[in-house]
Amino acid sequence: MSLDKIGIAKRIAQEVKSGHYVNLGIGIPTLVANYINKKLEVEFQSENGLLGMGPFPVSGQEDADLINAGKQTITTLPGASFFDSSTSFSMIRGQHVDLTILGAMEVSENGDIANWKIPGKMVKGMGGAMDLVASAQNIIVAMMHTNRQGESKLLKKCSLPLTGIGCIKKIATNLAFLEIVQDGFKLIERAPGVSVKQIVDSTQGNLIVEGEIPEMKIF
Amino acid sequence: MIDKRVRNVSNALEGISDSMTLMLGGFGLCGIPENCISELVNMKVKNITCISNNAGIDDFGLGLLLKDKQIKKMISSYVGENNEFERQMLEGELEVDLIPQGTLAERCRAAQAGIPAFYTPAGFGTEVGEGKEFRDFNGKMHLMETAFKADFSIIKAWKGDSAGNLIFKATARNFNACMAGSAKITVAEVEELVPVGSLNPDHIHIPGIFIQRIFQGNKYEKRIEKRTVQAK
Repeated sequence: MSLDKIGIAKRIAQEVKSGHYVNLGIGIPTLVANYINKKLEVEFQSENGLLGMGPFPVSGQEDADLINAGKQTITTLPGASFFDSSTSFSMIRGQHVDLTILGAMEVSENGDIANWKIPGKMVKGMGGAMDLVASAQNIIVAMMHTNRQGESKLLKKCSLPLTGIGCIKKIATNLAFLEIVQDGFKLIERAPGVSVKQIVDSTQGNLIVEGEIPEMKIF
Repeated sequence: MIDKRVRNVSNALEGISDSMTLMLGGFGLCGIPENCISELVNMKVKNITCISNNAGIDDFGLGLLLKDKQIKKMISSYVGENNEFERQMLEGELEVDLIPQGTLAERCRAAQAGIPAFYTPAGFGTEVGEGKEFRDFNGKMHLMETAFKADFSIIKAWKGDSAGNLIFKATARNFNACMAGSAKITVAEVEELVPVGSLNPDHIHIPGIFIQRIFQGNKYEKRIEKRTVQAK
């Protein structure tokens, strides 16, 4: 049994600490907001100009002037604030945002990430991803361990055009939770029911396995 | 008080001609200068370079200018929502310069602030950094990026007064505030144009000094790109 997208989101939610300002990317990262302990004091930053982002509006309350960076209609929570795009990226480059969670196509064992461009395919653009990965102190990647062809996405070296270099610290996949250390991907936890061998077989980059690897606790 | 009011959208865009570089505010379809975009379609200006975070959708926003092949080049951070854009890009009819969103915002702000260039870590070690000057600050590599140069900046605010003071609403502030005063002429269209003295000076987001022309838009469709609501 490996994790589904919700499982990955639930595991990442455990990394969010009280007092964190968090920027969530599109896809699995967006789901993380649903599984964060409600007792924690956490604020979500949306790089189009909002701090204190709330859930989607109830039907009839949508406001064309109030969207997230994925262009979805959203709401604000008490204490929210609005600002322009350059102020938003001052928060990001200035390392005022504590935690960045984003998706990836590939991550390399030295922490490089590729998530914006596939040569030969329509390129939509990097949006704010390059600014986020270049500056954030604490970046967690949420992704599947392998691509649709079954090839590892945790590589010695990224093959796709890079978004940032040496910046990724933690990765949560459907198979494992890993940290990037000096020599490669350090296996921290296995997804429920997933064996170390399965993770070894699905990881192309250097995988460091030390001692017994505990299973994740997903609630 | 210096009166910045112009009678209508065509007065507001007077002087725009073929091959100019235009900045346009908005994020997705949120806070875009709808009335000015419609007028640019009517004016049939060609070969324009647009600096805008996004490129609209097929039948709204900058998509309207793309449809008539009025745009030569787009400078954006994310352009994924537009089929005609994709077609023109893949067939080589449209030049596209994709740059990181924070760099885009700061290049606007630098133009506004009279700063010719700045350093940012965004894009170092990627193809965005190819051919650019770079420098180590405190052990980290940074790229040099330059201020934009544009002929017109076209932005949209919620409320404005005759002096050009602007107030934005919610996330419609986005690039509109960064682009105020970032070109030779800044045009602001507003949903509501009020007399001077009716806005509280403490509440002004962009002071009128950055604005040369202001008018009240005839109508605002304010289309929603991705309507998402809570499950009942």
